[in-house]
Amino acid sequence: MDAVKSFFKKVPIATLIIFGFWALILIVGFFLDFRMTSLFSDTIQRFGMWGLFVLAMVPSIQSGTGPNFALPIGVVTGLFAMVVSMDIGFIGFNLLIVSTVLAIVFGCLMGWGYGKLMNAVKGSEMAIATYTGFAATFFFSMIWLLYNTDNDFLGWFIGRGLRNFVSLTPFGTDQILDNFWQFEIFRSTNADGELIGGLVIPTGTLLVVLLACLLMWLFFRSKHGIAISAVGMNPMFAKATGLNADRSRVLANMISTVLAAVGIIVYAQSFGFMQLYDAPLMMAFPAVAAVLVGGATAQRSKVIHVIIGTILLQGLITNGPPVFGRLLEGADITDAVRMIVQNGIILYALAQMKGGGK
Amino acid sequence: MSQNLLEFKNVSKSYSGNQVLKNVNFDIRPGEIHALIGENGAGKSTMMNILFGMPVIHSTGGFEGSVEMEGKPVNIMSPFDAMAHGIGMVHQEFMLIPGFTIAENIKINREIPKENALNNVMSSIFGKRMKTLDFKKMNQDARVALDRLDMTIEEYTLVQGLPIGFMQFVEIAREIDKTGMKLLVLDEPTAVLTESEAERLLKAMRSLAVQGIAIVFISHRLDEIINVSDRVTVLRDGEWVATKDTKDTSAIEIAELMIGRKVSIEREEGAERELSKDIMLSIKDLHVAMPSERARGVDLEVRKGEILGIGGLAGQGKLGIANGIMGIYPAKGEVVLDGKKLPLNNTKQVLKESVAYVSEDRKGIGLLLDEPIDSNIVFTDMQVNGNFLKAFGLQDSKAISEHAKQMVIDLDIRCTSEKQHTGRLSGGNQQKVCVGRALTQKPNLLFVSEPTRGIDIGAKKLILDLLLKLSREQGMTIVMTSSELAELCSICDRIAIICEGKVAGILAPNASPAEFGLMMSGITDTDSVKEGGVS
Amino acid sequence: MTNNNANTSKKITNFLLDNIVTIVFVLFVAFGFYAADGLAPSALINEVLMRFFRNGLLVLSLIIPVMAGLGLNFGIVVGALAGVNALILTRYFEMAGMGGLMLSFLVALPLALLFGYLTGKLYNKTRGQEMIAALIVSFFAEGVHLVFALFVIGGIIPVYANHRMIIPGGMGVRATFDMGQHPDLIRMPELETAGMRLAMDWLWRVNFLHAALFIAVATLIYLIVRRMLGKRNPSIAQMPTVVFFINCAVCVGFIAIAAFSLFVPGSAMGMELANVNPIPGVTALVILGFCLLTTYFTKTKLGQDCRSVGQSQHIAKVSGIDVDRTRIIATMISTVLAAWGMIIFLQEVGTVGTYTSHRMVGMFSVAAILVGGATTTKASVKNVIVGLILFHAMFVVSPAIGRYISNDEGVAEYLRTFMVYGVIGFSLGLYAWRTLKAARDKDALD
Repeated sequence: MDAVKSFFKKVPIATLIIFGFWALILIVGFFLDFRMTSLFSDTIQRFGMWGLFVLAMVPSIQSGTGPNFALPIGVVTGLFAMVVSMDIGFIGFNLLIVSTVLAIVFGCLMGWGYGKLMNAVKGSEMAIATYTGFAATFFFSMIWLLYNTDNDFLGWFIGRGLRNFVSLTPFGTDQILDNFWQFEIFRSTNADGELIGGLVIPTGTLLVVLLACLLMWLFFRSKHGIAISAVGMNPMFAKATGLNADRSRVLANMISTVLAAVGIIVYAQSFGFMQLYDAPLMMAFPAVAAVLVGGATAQRSKVIHVIIGTILLQGLITNGPPVFGRLLEGADITDAVRMIVQNGIILYALAQMKGGGK
Repeated sequence: MSQNLLEFKNVSKSYSGNQVLKNVNFDIRPGEIHALIGENGAGKSTMMNILFGMPVIHSTGGFEGSVEMEGKPVNIMSPFDAMAHGIGMVHQEFMLIPGFTIAENIKINREIPKENALNNVMSSIFGKRMKTLDFKKMNQDARVALDRLDMTIEEYTLVQGLPIGFMQFVEIAREIDKTGMKLLVLDEPTAVLTESEAERLLKAMRSLAVQGIAIVFISHRLDEIINVSDRVTVLRDGEWVATKDTKDTSAIEIAELMIGRKVSIEREEGAERELSKDIMLSIKDLHVAMPSERARGVDLEVRKGEILGIGGLAGQGKLGIANGIMGIYPAKGEVVLDGKKLPLNNTKQVLKESVAYVSEDRKGIGLLLDEPIDSNIVFTDMQVNGNFLKAFGLQDSKAISEHAKQMVIDLDIRCTSEKQHTGRLSGGNQQKVCVGRALTQKPNLLFVSEPTRGIDIGAKKLILDLLLKLSREQGMTIVMTSSELAELCSICDRIAIICEGKVAGILAPNASPAEFGLMMSGITDTDSVKEGGVS
Repeated sequence: MTNNNANTSKKITNFLLDNIVTIVFVLFVAFGFYAADGLAPSALINEVLMRFFRNGLLVLSLIIPVMAGLGLNFGIVVGALAGVNALILTRYFEMAGMGGLMLSFLVALPLALLFGYLTGKLYNKTRGQEMIAALIVSFFAEGVHLVFALFVIGGIIPVYANHRMIIPGGMGVRATFDMGQHPDLIRMPELETAGMRLAMDWLWRVNFLHAALFIAVATLIYLIVRRMLGKRNPSIAQMPTVVFFINCAVCVGFIAIAAFSLFVPGSAMGMELANVNPIPGVTALVILGFCLLTTYFTKTKLGQDCRSVGQSQHIAKVSGIDVDRTRIIATMISTVLAAWGMIIFLQEVGTVGTYTSHRMVGMFSVAAILVGGATTTKASVKNVIVGLILFHAMFVVSPAIGRYISNDEGVAEYLRTFMVYGVIGFSLGLYAWRTLKAARDKDALD
């Protein structure tokens, strides 16, 4: 009994609610004859797509900047890296590698500037980060529109500018990581004896995400990582021990921005398309919500929060529409539920912050 | 003799078993200026908190004894009750809104509504708060209050940009504008003023007293107390010591009463010890911008191997010295360590020079409360000197935990293990963790500020013994800042007293109470007080 | 002398920093007008005026929360949703004309009060982070609105399944519904029904030049009277003499232009300005009324309390003001004004996007008031008026700038959205930076 009590004390209420919701969807799905393996496959794929974005929240939260609401800055940076690599003519794995290297370089630059900005506006980081992210999205929209390319898969046939939706299939990068060492388990036969799909494991993508998680975990056990944590936990303590709080915060935001930039590459390959223009606009919110669902607060987070939160929230968002769609005959309540859950959880985290309520 | 306006009768107060006020009696008559003096923790603030019915009193079980006004017991449960009884206070921190005019500040939440037909209609529909305000009348009232203080400044001037001295007067004007104001409490009103401003304030106080307002004057400046007050009450360690007619007493007597002989921790060795002639640290004209503890030109020399005490009243700047040298607050001046000039505002460099610091703010600056003991202990050494690290800059968990285990034994830190979060430890054990962190740096010079603040009596002794041991056995130079004169006297070789941001003088630990008392009030030109002098 | 120079340059720097957003927008609009070779002045005025009256009340609703220290209330979206829901009800019953509009205002009132109360509660719980909370709460409210309008209407509240506002199948409100046409505009009676479109705007249409002449004369008289009163009563704040004369000159200029255009027949300017559409008199009076009410509010006890709370919650609390309650009331007032503002907005537009109309209300209104020179802690009616004009002028000229940059009108679309977010991010950032700097300077060494 005590064990149960302490479990409920340790697991945040938000995590339980989302878990309950997802479980409900799965149960309803089960009775509506959905294949469980297919529902879980979708969730795992989405975990791979969102993992790095959610991981990007960890350094910024730990450094005391708060969740990285300016995720779109990193995303457009990664998109820019991809566009440049494609335009040069890379394809397949080369495209993946070159764009990742470029994303890291550009991400560092953007993250440095963004970190400086966050230092200049201490105390109002979250609101300003949000609008900076929005502004960056539209600034880059202008760049997409003015970008000149001869590559017909990238640009429009006539006139200037890049397509809204760039298929990665002609570049051979479509699901390239997902398919790397991909395998399928729990395959079964249906009533007619036909073999039907099992649980698909996109090994390459998962490896990338989990490797990044491992590196992040290690980083926060190193000198600089520990310094970042201390700066976020207690800036005065950090100052008294000779740390340069501003520099730590910049470093944290650079890492966060780079993760977002690389994250969109992983996302795009798994999705099979690169989405330009206003697609990155609202990407920060599900990522922020996910890490909070996993048990983080606006001031403290761990890698484990990323893994739990991404699975739960993406599970809910991914499995909801088909199940509800069948249940309510086409009317999809998931989007509404997603908006309430996702934003409700962010509001809850804001209300829990220091200085609130008093 | 006129009737007492206010009377405290046998008032006692304790916070969770810790008695801070013991059977205090205090009275004040209409039109009297009654000075209240005492060291930090003497009970002045607790008395005022009781007088104003502050929540901190009533949420901790109230107080014993009674408070009477004009002969009748009163029950003051909130600051608004106090206001209703005609009691006003001018705080050390100004409660003024910069974007408002003087009149608006004087009338805050006591604005005068206009009486007209429209207002009557609006207020009957939307409530009283929808009445428009009669700014003309408000300005007139403000004018009257300012005139009573001989202030000629226009009442519609914005407070923003006023000199500090004017703000003080606006605060007082706000209090005396309240109807039925009988008693005014001024808490260290001259601390922030220039000399001429202070002069003006004292004059205004006298004129208010003549108008019949009683004034409780809390101050550390003995000369001003002698100058302006009718009577003076001295408190010490929560107890009433004496109430004297000012004309019958002297600064020396008040100082003596204030400090008393209260050395509770006995000194185990003689006061005189042969000190090294070598200078370990020399401080010249140090200015530190630490809020409410500003240092304004400190000159001080610390000798090798000594324990130098820094004492003085709260807010005088004694805490600013260590904080400034360590780069926690902006500082300027010259600090030379062992013949080498220390860079200011560069914490890391100072730490690298084997200078360690135990902060007065244990929970705010000293510790990461949500981290285990071991990470706290090695933190500074790891970040500054790069110890306890493995390849790729990863932490060496094994070495960290071994070192912490040793520290737990050496310093006798009571904990479940070295992995316990410091937030769960008692105050004394937290302080030992802070000391452990400083010692891990293997310092030559150690600053400790308020090492026994908020620690029970047994743990206090342990900490002081530890400091003494470090000095005697390892020859470590220690600069200890403390508000508790007794503990300074118990282990220090010399004690520097800070007053108004400067070193008022240096005393031997067995100097007389009057010498300490006078020096804390900034009076240094008395014959009996010489640098390092012994009476 | 050097001290003097340093002072002057500091003054200039401060002036630039205080007004940088406004200055940039003035330059942008001026350049856009130049780039838009051939854009008739009357067309520009028409477009700007149309948007001015359409958005006026929405932007005005931001003033009181700023005063009460809540910052820029992006949460007016919640109020806008109250307006949309009121219209769902009144349009479901096919209400029409000014009466229908008044009923919509009435229905929106309790909704907005409730929403405002809840939002205010939330702001009290997220103290210090109100602006990000306000943005997130607008997304949250959209989720709740989705559930209500898509599933509760028809799902729980019974409705006619074949009503033209209801999704076929009987559950949920369609993605758009119309306000109904203005009787004067109905061309095909078999398809269009009379409704609330332009019900307020076209109640009383006033010739633009007459209105301009009237406003300029009134402003001039106001300026002079205030100046003369100030001579006698020094407690009335006075603008610097130079500014006073500039203001007067501008008024006189407007009077001259209006009078010339009206009374000198056949002039080019007169013919051009005659092309300006009549202005919606009642809407203008409503907006003017709320401007005056807002000013009136600042002079009441509650308004003074809001200012106290806005300047220092601590001092307000110590002085006995109920800080939380005051903040909630400020949010409620803002939400109600936003709900009504949304209804006025939609009666001009004519079509309601059930799930989309409210979306940009918060951002655009905040951007507008910032362009007018407001900050997180300071906003006035003047900021609203200047902001409305400049911000919407930017909207009108931005296609020209888009063409200038790239021969591509698509760029303009992104450019102006970039400007909206950019101006918000920049203003908030600049303000935060300056506050931080001021705090640091205060604690610096003497």
